[in-house]
Amino acid sequence: MTENILNIEGLKTYFFTEAGIVKAVDDISFNLKKNESLGLVGESGSGKTVTALSVLRIVPKPGKIIDGKVEFNGDDLLEKTEKEMQKMRGSEIAIIFQDPSSSLNPVYNVETQLRDVILAHQTVPKAETRKKVIELLEVVGIPEAETRMREYPHQFSGGMKQRVAIARALACEPTLLFADEPTTNLDVTIQAQVLNLLNDLKKKFNMSLVMITHDMGIIAEMTTRIVVLYAGRVCEIAKTHDLFERPRHPYTEALLAAVPRLDMKKTLRIIPGNIPNLIEPPSGCRFHPRCKHAKNTCKEKIPVLEEIEPEHFVACHEWQNISLKGERKH
Amino acid sequence: MAKHQLKGGKKTLTNSDLITVENLIKYFPVYSRGVLLKKQVGIVHAVDNISFNIKRKETFGLVGESGCGKTTTARVILNLIEPTSGEAFFEGENIFEKFQSSNKKEKLKLRREMQLIFQNPYGSLDPRMTVFDIISEPFVIHKHVPKSQWKEKVYELLELVGLEEYHAERYPHEFSGGQRQRICIARVLAVEPKFLIADEPVSSLDVSIRAQILNLLGELQERIGLTYLYISHDLSSVRQISHRVAVMYLGEIVELADTDELFKKPLQPYTKALIQAVPIPDPKAKTMKNVLSGEVPSPINPPSGCRFHPRCPIATEKCPKEKPKLINKGHAHYVACHYA
Repeated sequence: MTENILNIEGLKTYFFTEAGIVKAVDDISFNLKKNESLGLVGESGSGKTVTALSVLRIVPKPGKIIDGKVEFNGDDLLEKTEKEMQKMRGSEIAIIFQDPSSSLNPVYNVETQLRDVILAHQTVPKAETRKKVIELLEVVGIPEAETRMREYPHQFSGGMKQRVAIARALACEPTLLFADEPTTNLDVTIQAQVLNLLNDLKKKFNMSLVMITHDMGIIAEMTTRIVVLYAGRVCEIAKTHDLFERPRHPYTEALLAAVPRLDMKKTLRIIPGNIPNLIEPPSGCRFHPRCKHAKNTCKEKIPVLEEIEPEHFVACHEWQNISLKGERKH
Repeated sequence: MAKHQLKGGKKTLTNSDLITVENLIKYFPVYSRGVLLKKQVGIVHAVDNISFNIKRKETFGLVGESGCGKTTTARVILNLIEPTSGEAFFEGENIFEKFQSSNKKEKLKLRREMQLIFQNPYGSLDPRMTVFDIISEPFVIHKHVPKSQWKEKVYELLELVGLEEYHAERYPHEFSGGQRQRICIARVLAVEPKFLIADEPVSSLDVSIRAQILNLLGELQERIGLTYLYISHDLSSVRQISHRVAVMYLGEIVELADTDELFKKPLQPYTKALIQAVPIPDPKAKTMKNVLSGEVPSPINPPSGCRFHPRCPIATEKCPKEKPKLINKGHAHYVACHYA
């Protein structure tokens, strides 16, 4: 067995808003093996991003981590002091956000932004930081790095900005990288470039990657294992091939059936209803109001995540009684 | 594409086309900064000489990356912005001439025929109006439904787009993104249009909701015989909903064919690259093999000849010198490439 780099157990992150308590992440558990590419899939409000922010302990107010364990290389991050966490962020664990225009600082040039990250974690002479910055920009494929590093974010295109953001995340060679919808704002041809780059860099730096996205295509392409989230809870965890071929949770099946494919025309099956409100989430299984297999127990009891075959976990009361269809080319 | 005879702005109808666009050009001048001495410093070639036709009850897809001129094309067809040159016809009538004439009644009539759904249903609904007011506003403007029938008609429209009667009294903020898009569609249908432009109608929606809206658009087409111009950067949804597809690059149409033909046998190198760049939701289907390098050049100074040549894997000396024409390669598959 390979060692786990990350172990999340019973994580609960709530937001205490005026309208009520939003249970954004409600008892989520999963782990990440060393050098693995794990996908966190779900729609908006499923708790993907909040999970990542909780691991880094940068949940914005009025959010708070209520309960759980986040073990990184065996240490519980939730027990660490803020100062210790600051040392971890950027050097051990890094994150790339969806929108590089808002995650890069517009008033500093690229060199300064990358240098600051390096100097925050390492003591390096100034001449060497410049060399390192140039190296980093070259690694992420920015041409003429030496001149471009003096430019400001607005002088870069969207794809180039995301490359800068990736360079910044990699500045201290983290072992764990969260990529939160890193290509949602990019055009498809640029998206393909950035995804390929992430794959190469993951190998080069021996990183473990958590890919957060709602795009089933990117998940299929980039990951080896998937965690499916719905309304703050885990529905299913499985290897990528397994999940696409033999989904065992009705939500996973429905999600796959609702996504159009480029390589074939198919009938889109819709998921009725809407994503639930997390202030008063549905009782029992949170998917039951939209689930066609729902029984009375689904309304009453919260399903637990059980391992139904090696490395395939599902949280559904009815999994034994239903047969679901996967995504297969006909 | 078929040549049409012009007779004082009217065109003899030769086929089943609802919309015909001919040699459409839209340039935007770029000015230098300064209040008193504004100088034109360049031209954005947003849409550069495109022609296509849309048949009745057809969904015509327009795909391309950001900045390729998809939305500008839509706005020009609806005369929301004026074209630099070129013609567009609706049922044989010259759209631009109609809007230039001062006859307000005629203009309103044409507006009723052609409608637009926007990308962001959060920005396109007035937050201070109830759903009833939003959907009945077109009745106020076009006066085609007597006031006594408004209620009935609004309920009918709500039902048509899959909403309930009680939703009419609510405000937009009480709805989710998918429901708001349904409200937008209901409002558009209130004027009983024949032609609908959907500009990225599902891009801001969640995946499970996207399918609902795509299916709704398909159902409406069957039930009331709508014709769509479906604009999107998302090739998978274009493939799903369109009968024919045109691919745009830097203001020009580079390929146009039936949907299946285009996605199975793309001929233009850009179309091929675009299709290969889309990740397929199936781990067995391997994509992203030949990733296109570089980025889309600026439309202010587009490359000479074939605009794709700086990024094209098969470009030769001829490509920067000579602009390829959009040629029919059989089965109404039009391609602009010297080597297709």
